[in-house]
Amino acid sequence: MRTLFAALACWLLVVPAALAVQPDEILADPALEERARDLSKELRCVVCQNEAIDTSNAGMARDMRVLLRERLVAGDSDDDVRDFFVARYGDYVLMNPPIKASTYVLWFGPAVVLLLAAAFVWRAARRRKATVTPAAALSSEEQARLDRLLSDRDGT
Amino acid sequence: MIVEIGHFALVLALVAACVQGSVPLVGAQRNRADWMAIGTPSALLQFIFLAVSFACLTYAYVVSDFSVVNVMANSHSQKPLLYKVTGVWGNHEGSMLLWVLILALFGALVALFGGNLPAGLKARVISVQGWIGIAFLAFTLFTSNPFERIFPPPLDGNDLNPLLQDPGLAFHPPMLYVGYVGFSMAFSFAVAALIEGRIDAAWARWVRPWTLVAWVFLTGGIALGSWWAYYELGWGGWWFWDPVENVSFMPWLLGTALLHSAIVVEKREALKIWTVLLAILTFSLSLLGTFIVRSGLLTSVHAFATDPERGVFILIILLITIGGSLALFAIRAPQMRSGGIFAPISREGGLVLNNLLLATATATVFLGTLYPLFVEALDGSRLTVGPPFFDATFVPIMLPLIAACAVGPLLAWKRADLAGALGRLKFAAGAGILVLLATLMFADDGPWLAIPAMGLAAWLFVGAASEWAERVKLFRAPFAETRRRAAHLPRSAYGMTIAHMGLAIVMAGIIGASAWKQEEILVMQNGESIVFAGYDVTFLEMRRIQGPNYVAERASIRVEQDGEQIAVLTPEKRFYPVQGMPTTEAAIHTTWLSDIYIALGDEGETNAGEAGWVVRLYYEPLVPWLWVGSLVMMIGGVVSLSDRRLRVGAPQPKPAKAPSGQAVPAE
Repeated sequence: MRTLFAALACWLLVVPAALAVQPDEILADPALEERARDLSKELRCVVCQNEAIDTSNAGMARDMRVLLRERLVAGDSDDDVRDFFVARYGDYVLMNPPIKASTYVLWFGPAVVLLLAAAFVWRAARRRKATVTPAAALSSEEQARLDRLLSDRDGT
Repeated sequence: MIVEIGHFALVLALVAACVQGSVPLVGAQRNRADWMAIGTPSALLQFIFLAVSFACLTYAYVVSDFSVVNVMANSHSQKPLLYKVTGVWGNHEGSMLLWVLILALFGALVALFGGNLPAGLKARVISVQGWIGIAFLAFTLFTSNPFERIFPPPLDGNDLNPLLQDPGLAFHPPMLYVGYVGFSMAFSFAVAALIEGRIDAAWARWVRPWTLVAWVFLTGGIALGSWWAYYELGWGGWWFWDPVENVSFMPWLLGTALLHSAIVVEKREALKIWTVLLAILTFSLSLLGTFIVRSGLLTSVHAFATDPERGVFILIILLITIGGSLALFAIRAPQMRSGGIFAPISREGGLVLNNLLLATATATVFLGTLYPLFVEALDGSRLTVGPPFFDATFVPIMLPLIAACAVGPLLAWKRADLAGALGRLKFAAGAGILVLLATLMFADDGPWLAIPAMGLAAWLFVGAASEWAERVKLFRAPFAETRRRAAHLPRSAYGMTIAHMGLAIVMAGIIGASAWKQEEILVMQNGESIVFAGYDVTFLEMRRIQGPNYVAERASIRVEQDGEQIAVLTPEKRFYPVQGMPTTEAAIHTTWLSDIYIALGDEGETNAGEAGWVVRLYYEPLVPWLWVGSLVMMIGGVVSLSDRRLRVGAPQPKPAKAPSGQAVPAE
């Protein structure tokens, strides 16, 4: 379910253009174009809501796609291109947030949650085991009675 | 006049909710049967008032009464009748009214069918439903009143957003809301149990079907929304890890965990405290989902502050509901005792693992969705958390879950033999390896992870089937014996098998669609042909057509394979003059194994400089399995709901014990 609001925001903010990547943007070199497409999935359209420039209809996204391809044609590596956009728009432009002090909680949070939860389950299981006293072994009298009951049932 | 009746009925519903929220509860605390008995009529009255209110608003939409602000802002006299009706909930105010209507419906259902519940529990549950009703009715009446009038009335309305004028999206909100609100039942039962300080198997037996109903609808709602995005937005995507999607996905994940942990409470009286907590959290996430979308909180913290009246109201409701129930939980939970001990390797152990992973997955989505807000509120810097984050964190949590999902149902309660269970999965393992090898041969590119993941999907599918085969002794006993066993297997067992198979189908769809999608964007002219994904695609012609409230340009595009015509697809580009908005209507041909998806763009120029039309072609392998699989999962839920135990529904403490002296096999 695409967010309606995101879609709307992009449609309303800009003159309704066509959809996402246009034929005239596509680079002649297929290898370069593939890199461009992969990169444009990682870069956010900065006027849209959570939408990569690869799929955005906004004019801004188109400008960014064209700019991205210009950088690639000029010989930039993928990292150069990312750095170029981060220098312009900040980390905000990356769909994949960089791992640094301010995102440690984000990136390592899931693993910490899993470990904490697992530790909690383990502890609860141990505690429960400790509170339950193992049943005492059957006395010989009980064992004999059990055997009798079992053989009775087999007989019926 | 009719509009005023609706408005008045809404006020009366609030009054009924106030009675419902107080009298039965006080009665239950003081053990007064007559006070408790007030619950039933007040819950029914609240529902009747809301039904009247909703009918009145619908009437205003159908007759296009533009003196009502809400109708004026969201409807138009030329709109098709279907979208006039669905326009009622296509906006904030109307959707809140739908929300409280569904809430009151659930309350009324407890009142009507809760006769076999202990009187105190029933009264408390109805009261808690009443509190939620009070909060939402007050919010609707004081900040989002759909019955407000405007003078002088305009000649015509502003029309509904064209993107919403679509059958898929018309029914997406009601299904989603039945899902969200359905979890209020689990919440009310949990809070009532905390007030009483007692949970038993009968409690779980009541909570589970309600949770299942909510889960089935939420599954449908999410799938419908995803399907809509797929065919309406024009580039063949179906899931975006967008915050608005995530907030509906979180209650689904946690609700799925709740569904499984309630089984343990019902069968083994273990995990009680955890299940109560899950019920509270699941509904809390549903509330968050309802509000977060409407409040603008997700755009930015600042957007939230621009409409402080609603925003503050929302915050207060969330704080009281979530904070209050968690505080109650903190006070009461330590006094509750869980029974049922079990070894780590057991059915219970498997379900604990399920809960552990689903809860972690929920936490991951929660972090990814709300972290940008925390950061922005903290130091004003802005951050984007997009699909790459979720691919990197969510997928590794789900893969072990899928792997374990085939094993869990084969484990015995209390203490199980893991090696034995794995041994019984040899066909599943074989199928997994076979599919893995086949994928390795046929998939020429795409991420490597997709290949073992396809094997895992096959493992789950065949694993779920072998659990059933195991139980009916397929091929190991005479056929008559198998048939007898199959007939006697409870429907809930069938429900589980079907739902797990559905999950495997959905998983294959997800992998196929994300790993091997093909795309071609080009300018085509009349009569031009290209070869795409093994098909010959010819652009036949372009025609202008007139719809009921739009004009469209429609292309005819022929798709052939080996010289044989497969389909003529007619993608459209529509323009809705009232809202001045264009939309794309993609054309899709499905073979059930894959889709050919064509969307039309603007006029463009070919490389040679000649005029033509921008055409986007997508080859979407296995995408139909997403919708089929979701449907299969829903069917699994419905089959489980039809289980005799639930239909008869009597929350007897336990199935009648066998006469003493005879051992009851652990099941």
